[in-house]
Amino acid sequence: MVPIRVIRRRIRSIQSTAKITKAMEMIAASKMRQAQNRVLAARPYAEKMRDVVAHLAVQTQLGEELHPLLQRRDAKRIAVIHITADRGLCGGLNANVNRMTADFIAEQSVPVTPVAVGRRGATFMSRYSEGVLAEFTQLGDRPSLLDTLPISRVVIDEYINGSIDQVHLAYTKFITTVNQQPVMQELLPIEPARAERAATVEYIYEPSALEVLEHLLPRYVEMQVYHAVLESIASEQSARMVAMRNATDSANEMIDELTLVLNKARQELITKELLDIAGGIIQG
Amino acid sequence: MSKLKLEIVTAERVVYSEDVDVVVAPGIEGELGILPQHASLMTMLQPGELMVRQGGEEQSIFVSGGFLEVLADKVTVLADTAERAEEIDVARAEEAKTRAQQRLTMPSTDADHARVQAAMLRSLMRLKVAQRSRKRRREA
Repeated sequence: MVPIRVIRRRIRSIQSTAKITKAMEMIAASKMRQAQNRVLAARPYAEKMRDVVAHLAVQTQLGEELHPLLQRRDAKRIAVIHITADRGLCGGLNANVNRMTADFIAEQSVPVTPVAVGRRGATFMSRYSEGVLAEFTQLGDRPSLLDTLPISRVVIDEYINGSIDQVHLAYTKFITTVNQQPVMQELLPIEPARAERAATVEYIYEPSALEVLEHLLPRYVEMQVYHAVLESIASEQSARMVAMRNATDSANEMIDELTLVLNKARQELITKELLDIAGGIIQG
Repeated sequence: MSKLKLEIVTAERVVYSEDVDVVVAPGIEGELGILPQHASLMTMLQPGELMVRQGGEEQSIFVSGGFLEVLADKVTVLADTAERAEEIDVARAEEAKTRAQQRLTMPSTDADHARVQAAMLRSLMRLKVAQRSRKRRREA
């Protein structure tokens, strides 16, 4: 039989683990709320931008040559912006994105160069594929648009100078607190949405439609990358919250079971002692 | 009188969203005033002061560049960054200005020069917006 002292020690150790996971759960919950608010706050800008890009793309298609970011070329080399978290302890979140990107790379007939965002994905990619184009880690829990600009800069530059012909964006989409979905979407070339109101409005452009478009398109890409990073953070925090809640629950369950074992052992000990005493009295 | 619905959004937040009478914006080809019933317009912005009149009151907002759209009495500004006058960190803008000034005196490549100049312009405009609105408040 396990000595009582050992059981007590185990209970205490599990209790302190439960305290830590509980605290982590609460931290993740508050960070998740913040991250969700950021996703929501970024939405009006993103929607407006999508409208304008859709409208402009239609306008400037007539006659003039397409802007490089809108041109579709034969893909000879593809880049994937692979967004994961810096830290683990968030369930299958990082593993899911890693797997999705790995599958994607395996399916392509042309070489794929990853751009890793987040330490978890960066380590995975450096093992999985040779030649990571760039690595961005330590973005923190609340990056500003400015922090994510270098990511979009790298792919835009490489795309324009022709060394990559397609860019995809792999990240975890936040759906609900308990549901996050790894998604892969095409970032470049830009495929403008079909806007309903596009054809109906005639704008005055200053300085000109083409020039506005030229400035707007890189912004649009930056915006999408920023958005994907925000979504990933919201997902990370909610996945961590759920993982930590499960950990706390199973820790408490273990404590309950161990307490039962402890009580039983204690009872047995007392019974044994009583029997010894009783036996002594009878004999005496 | 009809009103303009002004919305200033950045990638990070909605900075301003209210019904106003007049918007004066720093367009890339010069300052432009927008009243209700304005034609549909899409313009780029340069760093500067966006002035809003609402009733008898005026308000300044700093924008560092971006785009402005006018559509059926709705003005939408997609700003790179935007700050209401009272949000401007004067000390930081002052600092940025000095830094830019110092760097302008040093020899550098053209690209660098243009960047520093842009930074300089931004900090100058930030300061201007902050000062103007403070003055306005004193007078009021």
